Amino acid sequence: MMDLLSTYIIHHADNALILGHRNSEWTGHGPILEQDIAISNIALDLIGQSRNFYQLAAARLNKIDRGQTLTEDDLAYLRDANEFKNLILVEQSNGDWAGTILRQFYFSTFQYLLFKELVNSPYPEIAAISEKSIKETRYHLKWSSEWVIRLGDGTEESHRRMSDALQSLNPWIPEFFQSADFEYEAASSGTGPLPEKLKEEWYDRVNTIFSSGTLPLLIPEKKFINVLSGKNGVHSEMLVDLLAEMQVLQRTYPGSVW
Amino acid sequence: MNKEQIISILSEVKDPEIPVLSISDLGILRGVEVSEEKISVLITPTYSGCPAMETIREDIRAALGKYGMKNVEIREVLSPAWTTGWMSEEGKDKLRAYGIAAPGDHACSYNGDDHPQSCPRCLSKNIEMISRFGSTACKALYRCLDCLEPFDYFKCH
Repeated sequence: MMDLLSTYIIHHADNALILGHRNSEWTGHGPILEQDIAISNIALDLIGQSRNFYQLAAARLNKIDRGQTLTEDDLAYLRDANEFKNLILVEQSNGDWAGTILRQFYFSTFQYLLFKELVNSPYPEIAAISEKSIKETRYHLKWSSEWVIRLGDGTEESHRRMSDALQSLNPWIPEFFQSADFEYEAASSGTGPLPEKLKEEWYDRVNTIFSSGTLPLLIPEKKFINVLSGKNGVHSEMLVDLLAEMQVLQRTYPGSVW
Repeated sequence: MNKEQIISILSEVKDPEIPVLSISDLGILRGVEVSEEKISVLITPTYSGCPAMETIREDIRAALGKYGMKNVEIREVLSPAWTTGWMSEEGKDKLRAYGIAAPGDHACSYNGDDHPQSCPRCLSKNIEMISRFGSTACKALYRCLDCLEPFDYFKCH
């Protein structure tokens, strides 16, 4: 049985790993060379952030359960989909470039606001990872904001594609702000904020960029019901497919190294 | 061997992606602790996903190993977070000579709004950004509008 704060750390790791993996699927397939490199670099930052969180979670779990020798690789490669706590948004398949951009923009906006809080966490390792990561996230946010504006306020086709991306990804926005049990625990122990606290600023920032990009402004949802809940391990099939590909080597040849 | 001697050996360890810079030029080397039993080398990654860290670890072991120092512990520290503010002036000169525009001296705003001061080749200030991301996580791609050469910029971070 995993304690709630370990789950909280793993949730941050899972978000970064799954989105990093999705972005890495563009490597070699980007629309132009420079952006292929850009999305691959963002993938690298995210996977690096996930490693830091997984290492922290593994060390914590080994300390709680002495005799256990978990590593970051065990957490990334040997858990099943229902054990992953990432948001449904980040496991969404890449779609076209507009879909990938919008997914990154939504996530980076949230991650930026989250890290802004976590840099002051009394949990020193979480604060240190956040202090390191927020600089990268700020850059991802800058890059993805520019792309949202460019595509939204670009050609008729790029605007239509952004509108399609909004249709397909907007259902996953409310999950950002719905607290899971591990987030209540993080908040009550002072480790991290309740996501609800970040909601208003998230919508303000997103809508500012949307208005520059001539895209329809978002209205915060009052009520939200969905059978899927990534934070609770109830995922779409997309995550199952992603993990099958990402984990196949470690599952087939346990312990193999580069 | 004392601490200063070890630091001087470690200044021979280069960044595998920008081999004109040593890990001390870059500010990756954060400290050395010497005790009876072992030598501890403290390093910090530039970016979270910097793929050069593994090679740097191996190179540190190899450099110290050449002097018979085998009991080496390499610890990664994340805080305070690495910044280009730690890059030495000597390092910045080496970067420019290598054709990469160096990050500014001013305190970085970290918001991606900083730009190189000039083209590292012809020193023209007439430059434009091609892409926010370059050949490695720490660089962006620019072009000089006078000599027309593209060049890398080591981003302020």
